[in-house]
Parts: sequence; structure tokens; C-alpha cells
Amino acid sequence: MAVKILFFARSRELAGVSETSVAVQAADTTESLLSHLLEQFPALKELDGRFVFSLNHEYLERGSVVPLKAGDEVAIIPPISGG
Amino acid sequence: MGVPFDDELEQLRAENEALKVEVQRLRQAQSSSLPEPRSQNDLETPSTHSWDGLGHGLSRDDIARYSRQIILPSFGAQAQGKLCRGSVLIVGAGGLGSPAALYLAAAGVGRIGLVDKDTVELSNIHRQIIHREGTVGQHKCDSAAQSIAGLNSRVQVELHRDGLTPENAVGIVTRYDVVVDASDNAPTRYLISDACCVARKPLVSGAAIGLEGQLTVYCAGDDSPCYRCLFPEAPLPQSCSRCSDAGVLGVVPGIIGTLQALETIKLISGVGQPLSRKLLLQDAWAGRFQSVKLRARSAGCVACGDAPSITAETLADYDYAAFTGQAPNDGPPRPLRLLNPEQRITVQQLRDRLSSEQGSSTASTDPSAPPLVIDVRPPEQFAICHLPGAEHMPWARFARFEQRLLDLAAGDRPIVVMCRRGNDSQRATARMLELGMQSVVDVVGGVEAWARDVDPDFPLY
Ligand SMILES: [Zn+2]
Repeated sequence: MAVKILFFARSRELAGVSETSVAVQAADTTESLLSHLLEQFPALKELDGRFVFSLNHEYLERGSVVPLKAGDEVAIIPPISGG
Repeated sequence: MGVPFDDELEQLRAENEALKVEVQRLRQAQSSSLPEPRSQNDLETPSTHSWDGLGHGLSRDDIARYSRQIILPSFGAQAQGKLCRGSVLIVGAGGLGSPAALYLAAAGVGRIGLVDKDTVELSNIHRQIIHREGTVGQHKCDSAAQSIAGLNSRVQVELHRDGLTPENAVGIVTRYDVVVDASDNAPTRYLISDACCVARKPLVSGAAIGLEGQLTVYCAGDDSPCYRCLFPEAPLPQSCSRCSDAGVLGVVPGIIGTLQALETIKLISGVGQPLSRKLLLQDAWAGRFQSVKLRARSAGCVACGDAPSITAETLADYDYAAFTGQAPNDGPPRPLRLLNPEQRITVQQLRDRLSSEQGSSTASTDPSAPPLVIDVRPPEQFAICHLPGAEHMPWARFARFEQRLLDLAAGDRPIVVMCRRGNDSQRATARMLELGMQSVVDVVGGVEAWARDVDPDFPLY
């Protein structure tokens, strides 16, 4: 099953794409997805966890482990400081 | 006959005094029910009218000017009255602050505070539309105040020309109903959020870079989070793109700043639902807006939690530069000192070496031969302008050019490395020296120095 990942702001620059799709297993969670993304896009390590992480348009508490299901959409949203 | 007359006179004097007191009392009661005069050149002198008792406090001119939003069923005279008596502090008169200030002035917010300490540059005006060609070089506060006065002379404008600092922030923020974060750097964003937590003011926060924007309202009620609730650790300096380096399409901060004006109007007038606990994300490239539901206020937050360590007493001593690793301004990065002086040349030396006639008559190993210029700026900047014959190897993809560099090293033609200001070119020079290349030097100050000191026709951006 596939999960959609949206990258915003600096994470978009670092990943080099604005979105991607990742195949996950039934046992996969938001935490395992994050570590998978850091392997696939090592440049994301620069963010050092300093971003809003959302699942289906809702903020996820850092460290919370939520099982994933087909069609889920997660987003990595670092703050923009420019204006 | 004299005595009764004197009595009557005394009585009339007493009545006269009592009437004077009564007139004075009525005058005071009347003036306190009227809105405070908003500017020196009020269009209408205050007087009593039949509509004064209706509670909205709007004058005839107010009613005419704001009529299109006053007749709006979901807004109305009461909301307009609150707006005219309300106040907002806008931190930053730049890409976000420009449309925010203009719309808030046009909508009739009674008092607008502007915070900025920069001067207007030509490269600002594509997005900072409150400034004009004619105000380039002026302080942004003065330039913005002129535009506001031309748009709505009834608005009272207060200028905070020294910028927001930990020492002055709480004192300034306290004087306004709503705060708009239209700043351009991380330390100022944390400072504004903390000051709003301490002063308990709602904060309309906008940000934009490139083709992306972000908008939310912090500290607007008990469950409303602050900036630190979402981002307890500051982003690393290299994660904070600046408009002057990364670029920004002017209309993107224009849209976010306009939405900040909208949220501010809603907060002051009490109309509608504030964008609290919702982060609006604009992706202008894809033509998409989406919002993410945010966390509630964090009980453990150091600024807005149940036992905050950042308070009215401690905020002034908080080191925002240390917390974020950045100075609170949008200026260029500090010059690096990565190389030894003998590994660098000035733009004047580069000019002399490029115009050297000896190159054609001597061996390529002659250090005085015309060198090959390697330009390591990003492609967008290289496409604007570069030195004739310059070879392009963007620093961000420098590893891809290693084979080419090794070939050049074998040829032993002297090489000079340039970038925009002389930092990336030092990094690239250091890398080439690591690769064993011998005759490589860095150009101090990059193409900006070239434009300034050698070729005044070379474009600056
Ligand atoms: Zn907080």
C-alpha cells in the first residue's frame, strides 16, 4: 500500500521534490516512515526534526507512533522565516 | 432696598456657578463617548448628531468612507466602530507588511504601529508595494507612513524606527490590540511570539519565500499555541532561506500579507473565526492552498505554558541570537575567512590579469597568463550576468565537476574562482586545493566587488 508524502519549504529544497509516494507494510507507522524518508532523502537530516509533521492534515505529536493505512498523506512542514 | 438686591445677586451668582459645573460635566460626558480624534487633520469636526447615540461611534465621514463594509450583514457599523477604535502593530514594513499595512489603513484601523529599521532599496519594490521609486534610500518607516497618509489620513501612524529588541518588545507590543509578524528572520519571529505571550496579545503570523507562503494566528485564546509550541527548537541557520538569496515572487508575500490584514480585521472587530490552531500553506507553483490542523497550546511551553520561564521580567535578557544562531537582520552572510591571504586576489588584480597581454606569448604555466574564471554561483544568478569566458560550476553541484577539474589541473592553466560575494568561492577554492590543484585563487568579494570596483556597468542583484 502507498502513502503520499508532501514536502514544504526547506524540506522541498532538500528532498528535491515537492511530493513522493512510499510503499509501506501493514506494520509501518509514522515513526518508521520518518526514518525511511531520512534514508531515502539524507539531506533532510539537516532539519533535525524541527518541523511540523502532519498526518492527513492534522498535527502529529513528536514521537507519537500511529499505524499507517493506504491513502494516508503525511506532510513535512518546516517554518519559513522570510517575508 | 440694597439688601434684597444683594441677596438676589448672590443667588444668581450661585445659579450661574452651578450651571457652569453642569455644562462642564455634560461636555466631559459627551467627549468621552466620542472616539478619540485620530489625526491632526480630521476631515470633520466632532459634533453631536442623531446617530451618535447608536453606539458605533462613527462620524458621517467614517460612515461614507467605510460604507461598503458597514452595510455588509456579517460586518456592520459595530464592527467598523471597533476597527476605528482598534490598533495593530506591524513588525516589518517589507513584502508582508506592505499589503498588510495598506489594507489595514484602508479598512480604517484607528492606530497602526510600524516597526522597521531598514532603508528602502530598489530590489525591495517588486514586493514591498508600500514603498515608491521616489522613496528609495529613505527609512522604511517614513516611506510607509507617507503611503498610509496618502491612502487614509484618518489613521494614526506610530513609527518604531529602531526595530524590535528584547529590551523594547514587551513595552511596544502592550500598546496594541493585535500584532502582525511580517518580519524576515528567525530571531525576530521568536522575539515577537514571546512578547505576545507575555503581553497576552493575539499574533497574526505570516511568512513567504520563493513560491510558498505560511499563515496562522498564535496566542488567540486559551488553547491557541504560540510559535514555540510548534517549533520549540529554532531551525538551523542554513535552513532559513532569505529572500535576498533564495528569491521570492513578489505577489506571494503580497497574498500572505493581505491574508494577515484579513485575520487582523477579524480579530479587532470580533467578526468570524480566527485562523488559530490552523496553519494555512500556500503552494503558488501548484496553485494550491491547504491547511493543517495544529496542536493546542503546550502546557510545557517555555513561553506560553503553565509555568513559563520567559516572562515580563526575563524576556529582556533572553539571547535570541544565541538561541537561533542568527543575527536579527536580513543582511548578507558574514564574510568567511577560509583561505590564506595568498590564496586570494582582489578584483583589481583579476582585472589586471585578465587584460594581461603576456598570455599569448608565454607558456600556459606562467602565473601571469590570463586565467580561467570559474563561476560557482547558482544557474539563475549565472544567467543574469558573468565575466566573459567564465566557466560555470555551481557550488551546490560541485562534485559533478571533479573530472573536469582534474583535467584542468593537468593543463595547469591558472584558475580564479568567483561567486556572488566571496564565500562559496572560498569553499570551492579550498575543495580544488584539496584535489591537488596548484594555481587556484579565490576572488575576494565576488561579482559584487567586480561591479563595485571594476565595472560599474556590471549588474547588481
Ligand atoms: Zn507556546
